[in-house]
Amino acid sequence: MNKTSTRVWQSLLAVFCALVALWLVAPSLVVIPLSLSDKPSFAFPPTGWSTRWYSNFFDDPSWLDALTASLKVGLLVVVVATVSGTAAAVALTRSAFRGRQALRAVLLAPMIVPVIVVAIGLYALFLKAQLLGTTFGFVVAHSVLALPFVVIPVTASLQGFDRRLENAAAICGANRWATFRQVTLPLVAPGVLSGALFAFVTSFDEVVMSLFIQSPYLQTLPVKMYASVTRDTDPTIAAAATLILALTTVATLAATLYIARRNRVR
Amino acid sequence: MAVVEALTQATSPGVPAGRRAAPSERWGRLALLAPSIVLLLGVFLVPLGIMLWRAFTDPHPGLDNLTWYVGDRVQRQVLFRTFTTAFKVTVVCLLLGYPYAYAMVAAGPKLRAALTLLVLVPFWTSLMVRSFAWVILLQDRGPVQHLLTALGLGHPQLIRTNLGVIIGMSQILLPFLVMPLYAVMSTIDRRLILASSSLGAHPLTSFVRVWLPLSLPGVGAGSLMVFISSLGFYVTPALLGSPRDSLISQQLYTQVNVLLQWGRGGAMGAVLLVVTFAILAVLMLSIRQSARRHTKASEATSIEATSIEATSIEGAAR
Amino acid sequence: MSVDVSTPGSPSAQGALSAHGASITLKGLTKRYGTATAVDAIDLEARPGEFLTLLGPSGSGKTTTLNMIAGFVDVTSGELLIDDRPVHSLPPHKRNIGMVFQHYALFPHMSVSENVAYPLRQRKVPKAERQALVTEALRTVGLAHLGHRRPQQLSGGQQQRVALARAMVYSPRVLLMDEPLGALDKKLRDSLQLEIKRIHGELGTTFVYVTHDQDEALVLSDRIAVFNDGRIEQVGTAEDLYERPSTLFVAQFLGESSLFHGVATEGADGAGVRALDRTLRAGRGHARAGEPAALVVRPERIRVHPIDGAAADQAGVDQSAPAGNAVRGRVRQEIYLGNSRKLAVEVADGTQVLVRESAGDLSGSRPGDEVWLTFRPEDAAVLPATPSHDNTPTRTAN
Repeated sequence: MNKTSTRVWQSLLAVFCALVALWLVAPSLVVIPLSLSDKPSFAFPPTGWSTRWYSNFFDDPSWLDALTASLKVGLLVVVVATVSGTAAAVALTRSAFRGRQALRAVLLAPMIVPVIVVAIGLYALFLKAQLLGTTFGFVVAHSVLALPFVVIPVTASLQGFDRRLENAAAICGANRWATFRQVTLPLVAPGVLSGALFAFVTSFDEVVMSLFIQSPYLQTLPVKMYASVTRDTDPTIAAAATLILALTTVATLAATLYIARRNRVR
Repeated sequence: MAVVEALTQATSPGVPAGRRAAPSERWGRLALLAPSIVLLLGVFLVPLGIMLWRAFTDPHPGLDNLTWYVGDRVQRQVLFRTFTTAFKVTVVCLLLGYPYAYAMVAAGPKLRAALTLLVLVPFWTSLMVRSFAWVILLQDRGPVQHLLTALGLGHPQLIRTNLGVIIGMSQILLPFLVMPLYAVMSTIDRRLILASSSLGAHPLTSFVRVWLPLSLPGVGAGSLMVFISSLGFYVTPALLGSPRDSLISQQLYTQVNVLLQWGRGGAMGAVLLVVTFAILAVLMLSIRQSARRHTKASEATSIEATSIEATSIEGAAR
Repeated sequence: MSVDVSTPGSPSAQGALSAHGASITLKGLTKRYGTATAVDAIDLEARPGEFLTLLGPSGSGKTTTLNMIAGFVDVTSGELLIDDRPVHSLPPHKRNIGMVFQHYALFPHMSVSENVAYPLRQRKVPKAERQALVTEALRTVGLAHLGHRRPQQLSGGQQQRVALARAMVYSPRVLLMDEPLGALDKKLRDSLQLEIKRIHGELGTTFVYVTHDQDEALVLSDRIAVFNDGRIEQVGTAEDLYERPSTLFVAQFLGESSLFHGVATEGADGAGVRALDRTLRAGRGHARAGEPAALVVRPERIRVHPIDGAAADQAGVDQSAPAGNAVRGRVRQEIYLGNSRKLAVEVADGTQVLVRESAGDLSGSRPGDEVWLTFRPEDAAVLPATPSHDNTPTRTAN
C-alpha cells in the first residue's frame, strides 16, 4: 500500500471514530434542552424555554427526598463498601490460603450475576425481614454490588505496592500500625480512593435492585426517575437528569485530570 | 490487634507461599474478610438461594416451574429473543468499538486522552439518565423519527420495538467493550506490525495475520461483558421495549412483581443464572486458551480469567 | 498505641553519628521452611564495631540469616543475641537496627529528608535535633543539597546513599546491608564500596554485610563468613580465607584455585594426597588418610618448568623430574591478561590445572609445550573432596 492510500485509511478511521464519539456522548445531551422546555411534555425539540422544571425539582419534596436519600445511601455505601472491600483486598493479596481464588471469584460475582436475579431473592428476603424501604436495606444491597468495584482497584494498587517498604519502615522503628498508616496506606490510597468513587457511583446509579427494595416512603433518585418516566411526561425528570449529567461530567473530568497529573509527577 | 497483624504480616521476603499460617494471622485474615463475607452471604448468596429454592418449592415442591418454563411457547420465544437481542447488541458494539479502540492505541497521547475521556464520561453517566435520553430521542414524533422522515425513510416506529431496545443498549454498553479491548490492544507490541510489514507483508495482511489474532482476547473479554450484561438488562428494555417484545428480565419482573408467581420467577432466574455462567465458562476457557497460544507466539497478552471484568474497570480507572 | 522506642542511644547532633558497635552472636541458629532447611544451625559472632560480611552464592542462607537478625524471618531454633541480649522474640521495630536494602526501599511519597528523618520520627526525636541529624547524615553521604528531592528523581547510586543515610541517622549499634550495591553498575559499585568503608570507619557501628561478590567482600570486610547450602564453611579475614581455605568450597569460591584430586595420605612430613601416581605433599591438611581428597594450590603459587622435548623423549618420562611436588603436563591454552598470563595445563588424568604467571616472571612456555609444574608444600593444602560438616574442623583460628 502506498502513502496516499494509507492516508485515506487514516482519514476514514478518523471520521468513523468521530462518529462513534458522537454516538457515545451526544444522545445523553438531549436531556439538557428538554429540561429547559416550557411545556409539560417530552416533545423534542422544545418550542419555548423556561427554568420551571428546575424550580419544580427543588420545590417538590418527593424529588428532593429522593435526591437526599440517594446521597445518604451513596455516602453510607462508600463507607461500608470501601472499608469491607479494602479489608478483603488486603486479606486476598497479603496471604495465600486455601480457597483464596474461590473467595475472589465470589467477591467479583455481583458484577457478573444479572442484578434482577439477585433482586428477586433480595425482595423476598427483605419482605420477610421487613427491610423494604429502609436505609439499612438500601445500603447493604448497594454495598454488595459495589464490593467488586472496590476490591479490583485496591487489589491492583496493593499488588503494585512494594512490600519491602514495610520491612524498611519496620527496621526504621515503626510498629505495624504506624507502618500501615504512614507507608502502606498513603501508597495504596489512589486505589482506595477510586474504589470509593466507584462505590458511590454504583449506588447513586443503581435502579434495578432499588426498584424491588423501595417503598413509597424511601425512594432513591433513579427509582423516582424510573417511576416518573413510566408514569407521566413531566420534564422535571429532564432537570434531574441534567443535574446528574453535569455532576458526572465534572467528576469524570476532575478524576481524569487528577490521575493524569499524578502520573506526570511520578 | 489481630487485624493490624494480618495487615502487616508475612512481610518476610522469600517465604514460600502456602506455609502454615500462625493462628494470629488466620484470625486477622478472618477479621479482614468478615465484613465482605457477611455482606455477600446476607445480601447476595442467601437471596440467590431463596430464589432457587422458590423455583423448586413454590407453590408446590417439584419441577413444576421448570416444566412450565420449558413447555411454554411464549417463554421460549422470549428466551430466544433475549439471546438474539444480546447477540445483535454485541455485534453492533464490536463493529463500532473495534476501530475506536484501535484508534485509541494508535493515537498520540493527547488525542488518546480525549478519546478515553469520551468513553469514560458515558461509562460514568447514570444508566437511568442515558435510558431516559433514548426515550426522548426514539419517542413517537421524536427527533430521530423526524430525521428519518426527512430523509425519506418513512415513519418507522422506534420506541416500544426491539430495534429501539437494540439501539439504546448498544450505545449504553459500548464503553464496556471498548475498555477491555483497549486494555488488551495497548499491550500488543506495535513493532510486530512493523516487523511484519518490513518483511514485505501487505499492511492489510499484517493486520489480519498479526494484529487481529493478538487482539482477540480483548474482543472476547469485551464481547463477553456486553453479551452477559445484555442478557440481564432490565431498565433499558423496560423503557424502550414493549411488553409484546419483552426480554427475559422484563418477564421476570412481571412474574414476581405483577403476577406474584414467585416460583416461576425463580425458575426464570435460575435459567438466566445458569445460562450466564455457562457462557462465561465457555468464553473464559477459549479466551484463556487463545491467550496461552498467543503468549507462546509473541509474549503478547494473557488474560487471567478472573481479571476480564477487572480490565474494564481498571481501564476506567485509568 | 505508642511507638516503642527501645533505647535508641540518645543520639546528639554535635557528637555526629558515631555509635558504639554492638556484638551479635548466633548460636545454632536454624531456619526451616517445612522440610527445607534454609539455615542449618550456624554459629557466628560479629564483634563490636566489626565489618562482617556474609558471603555465598544465592540460596546459601546468607540473606535468610540477615533477615533473622533484622527480625523479618522467624527463628526456628537456636539463639540470636545482640550485646548478649536475646532478641529473637522482638519484632523488627524494637531491635534498634539499621538496614540498607538491595533495592533501596525508599518511601516514594516522602522527600529525601523525610526519608532520612523517618527513623527519628518513630523515636520521637525533637524536631530541631531531628533536622540537625538529617543534615549531618546527608552530608556524610554527600547529598546535603538534595534533601528536598523525591527519591524517584535521584540516580540509583544517590538513592542508595539516601538509604544509607536513613539507616545510620539514629546511630544504630548494628547496621545490616543486604547486597546494597547489587543493583548498581560496576563503576558506581567500586566508588560506593570505598564510601561504605569510610563510613564504617567513621561510625564505629557493627556492620553485617551480605553479598555474593567475592571482590566486594575482600575490599570491605574485617572478616568474612562464607555460606554454602545453609551452613558456614569458614569464617576469617580475607587473608585467612584466601591463603588458608579450610574447605574445598571456600578455596574454589574465593579466588581461583588449582586442584589435584586423589586420596589423602598422612605422612611423617605432614599431609599429602596420592594423585597422578605420586604423593603430593602439603603443609596443611584437613582430610583423613584414605579418604578422597584434593590438594589445593593457588595458581600463582605454581611454577612452570619447560621440558626440553628431545631430552625427555630419549631419557624416559620422569628422568627430568624436579625434586619435591612436581607434576608433568602439557600446556593447552594461554590467556594474556596484561600484568599476568594464565596457562591451562592438562595433566595425566585429564584435569586442567590453572597456573598464573606474573609478567615479570614468565616461563616462556607456549600451548603444546610439555612442562613440569612445581609448588612448595607450604603453599598447598589437602582438603576433603566431599564436604562432611560433622567431623571436619572447618574454622581457622579466629
